[in-house]
Amino acid sequence: MARALSPRRLLITTVAAWTVALIIFFPVLWMILTSFKTEASAVAMPPEFLSADWTLENYTEVWSRSDYPRFFWNSVVISVGSTLLGLLIAIPAAWAMAFVPGKKTKDLLMWMLSTKMMPAVAVMIPLYLLFQQLGLIDTKIGLVIALMLMNLPIIIWMLYTYFKEIPGEILEASRMDGATLWGEIIYVLTPMALPGIASTMLLNIILAWNEAFWTIVLTTTKAAPLSAFIASFSAPQGLFYAKLSAASAMAILPILILGWFSQKQLVRGLTFGAVK
Amino acid sequence: MSTHSSRLAARMMVAPSVVLLLIWMIVPLAMTLYYSFRFYRLLSPDRTNWVGFNNYLWFFNSPDFWLALFNTLALVGGVLFITVVLGTLIALLIDQPIKGQGFLRILVIAPFFVMPPVAASIWENLFMHPQNGLFAAVAQGFGAQPILFLEQYPMWSIIGIVSWEWLPFATLILLTALQSLSSEQLEAAEMDGASPFARFRYIILPHMTRAITVVILIQTIFLLGIFGEIFTTTQGGPGSASTTLPYMIFKQAIAAKDIGRAAAGGIIAVILANIVAYFLMRGLGRNLEN
Amino acid sequence: MGKIQLTKVRKSFGEVDVIPGIDLTIENGEFVVFVGPSGCGKSTLLRLIAGLEDTTSGVIDIDGKDATNLPPAKRGLAMVFQSYALYPHMTVRKNIGFPLKMAGMDPAEQDKRVERAAKVLNLSNYLDRRPGQLSGGQRQRVAIGRAIVREPAAFLFDEPLSNLDAALRVGMRQEISELHQSLKTTMIYVTHDQVEAMTMADKIVVLNAGHIEQVGAPLELYNFPRNLFVAGFIGSPKMNLIEGAEAAKHNAHTIGIRPEHITVGDGPWEGVVGLSEHLGSDSFLKVAVEGLGTMTVRAPGEVHARHGDRIRLAPAGKIHRFDTNGLAI
Repeated sequence: MARALSPRRLLITTVAAWTVALIIFFPVLWMILTSFKTEASAVAMPPEFLSADWTLENYTEVWSRSDYPRFFWNSVVISVGSTLLGLLIAIPAAWAMAFVPGKKTKDLLMWMLSTKMMPAVAVMIPLYLLFQQLGLIDTKIGLVIALMLMNLPIIIWMLYTYFKEIPGEILEASRMDGATLWGEIIYVLTPMALPGIASTMLLNIILAWNEAFWTIVLTTTKAAPLSAFIASFSAPQGLFYAKLSAASAMAILPILILGWFSQKQLVRGLTFGAVK
Repeated sequence: MSTHSSRLAARMMVAPSVVLLLIWMIVPLAMTLYYSFRFYRLLSPDRTNWVGFNNYLWFFNSPDFWLALFNTLALVGGVLFITVVLGTLIALLIDQPIKGQGFLRILVIAPFFVMPPVAASIWENLFMHPQNGLFAAVAQGFGAQPILFLEQYPMWSIIGIVSWEWLPFATLILLTALQSLSSEQLEAAEMDGASPFARFRYIILPHMTRAITVVILIQTIFLLGIFGEIFTTTQGGPGSASTTLPYMIFKQAIAAKDIGRAAAGGIIAVILANIVAYFLMRGLGRNLEN
Repeated sequence: MGKIQLTKVRKSFGEVDVIPGIDLTIENGEFVVFVGPSGCGKSTLLRLIAGLEDTTSGVIDIDGKDATNLPPAKRGLAMVFQSYALYPHMTVRKNIGFPLKMAGMDPAEQDKRVERAAKVLNLSNYLDRRPGQLSGGQRQRVAIGRAIVREPAAFLFDEPLSNLDAALRVGMRQEISELHQSLKTTMIYVTHDQVEAMTMADKIVVLNAGHIEQVGAPLELYNFPRNLFVAGFIGSPKMNLIEGAEAAKHNAHTIGIRPEHITVGDGPWEGVVGLSEHLGSDSFLKVAVEGLGTMTVRAPGEVHARHGDRIRLAPAGKIHRFDTNGLAI
């Protein structure tokens, strides 16, 4: 709206919006601040802000007492692995549903999404037993498969909505130009849908990174990612606020940073193409 | 663009996804169904037999079950209500001309990236803790007794925590919808003499209906299975005050080690999810049409 | 070479027969235009020839070989789409070269052909731009370039000019005609615009509801429309069609007189001018004639008639006669 704006109005809306934003962000900020305090300072009443004893000790301690690099690496492998595997399976399916739709395509999409509504707890025991039978308990492969299947409907849905925006004529043109099916997908569809594929990938890495049910149920030590690490950390050592905060910060910072860098694509991806 | 060969190719390309999801859904479901009719306790592994509907009857006869059912729906409904209403208000605010909008969005979206156990433990330990929490400090500052959030208001506390996690999602989607509204439409309404409230009611809100539907649909999918936040904070307590259906099943399986009952609870949860899904999908299906 | 022969080609979507059965021969080097109102099946027919849709039954021969079940790429045809269907992520050079790359041609040869096509189409300066940076007319030329590098047996155009503004459309129309004259390759062109059909075609195929109403050279259709549909569709403004007593005088159920075949001044018909449009070169009048209804008249030059004037009209040219079935007598 190209309308002259009174400086007073700008000031009011800016102050109000920043206040709201800071309130929403405050818990994360407070956790990060706490992670740099000594334990005594962290639990001091009244709470200490400027007068706190600042220290890096919590981080060094969490680092030395736990096997953070391994948890971190497991998180990376599991979230990236399950997302890439999911994309590999989902891209052809989304292509088919977007460009060769049949009468049943919409029902099929609905059904896929409905599998997401099944509560994980409800099928926890059978899946645990199945994974045990297959020797997949506490393996990265097992978690990659489980999280891939968990997020597959979302990946397919997101890709479907992106692919739908690509005009079918362009794919037909490539077919006239002599491209095979794979040529069509590799040279034309994928590059055109790259922004969409990227935001699908980001969102699913974040979902997989933050998944905290299957990662806890299906792992013990070897393959446990950061979500399991933090769950184990909070139980016995719950009273060490500063260390808990440091561990929490270490668990969420990688994805927080990734998310901040990609928030534009993310928001678009999250809406399932339903909001332009 | 459909020839026999492309239709055939399409089928082959959908097949892996369909087959995998079918296995992922059907096999555990069938096993759960089977266990739900069995007597099967890990503490007495030798004794297993068919028990008919006993496991189901145990749930229906347990007062905890009805509370858990209520809690589940209260959690979903409460979080949806809070996130949609607050999300709309915040989106309207952020959509105003403000300085530093880009960085502000980064702050607002942050809670979405925080994994549930961390979110829950921040709130439990740093804010709601009756001795050391920030809320207790504020209460003391006013000379009041600290509120025992997780003991006295466990469901409200959990709804609050989960709402905080999902508020960014709702806000950003609603903001995206808001920004796609043409300013000419609003200017036309202004020329027609519509007050700011009337503009919100008759122009902005109808424009956002679709986005609100999307928020409700996607959040419900995730909210029905909320587990980590309860596990980290109240463990379903005190008593069963904050036990939801998923958590009650978890207690049966892990604490009571009664696989049969847990399975029956699982089937009930699946049926509940399907009932909710049925109504949701009808809404989503309509959205898909246009 | 590019002779295309359709024999009893039928296309149905489920229960609906979009094309109930068409026989048509397109000779090598011909410029054939499929024209008809929207939904008449002209685009479907083009897509059947392209291989983008399956024929339900019937045979499509290209250069004497049965191509009915060949995939699009194997038919040796090139197509220019309504939306141009350029690859937005590729430069103009890569867009034009894409069919050659898919054919596995040697890169040096690819480059040579792309450069040559770009020169013909005045695109040499734009080769490293992306489609998004081009104007509508330039995009159109890239789409044509992508078609000509393959040296196809025939070009298929699916309403290629409908996204251009009026002035550009005239220019592109001429360019495509010139291209046809220099390449002498078969072209099949789909449009709903009868002016495009009349100006470009060697042969026009008028389609209606999946049927061929008439096939012929542009002036043949103009002078000898086989039925009422063609009479009404070809020519602008539309032919005046009159039924009743006036038609009976000519021993017909319906008679048709083109607006340009009526003179203003003296004559047997009297009416009131409803609307008059003065273009300078021509004047168009809508006249309410007693007993005949509203007649459209096209008079050369300036005619001083205004709304409400009473004028007299006379037929001055061919009167087309049609029987009760709408067929020309």
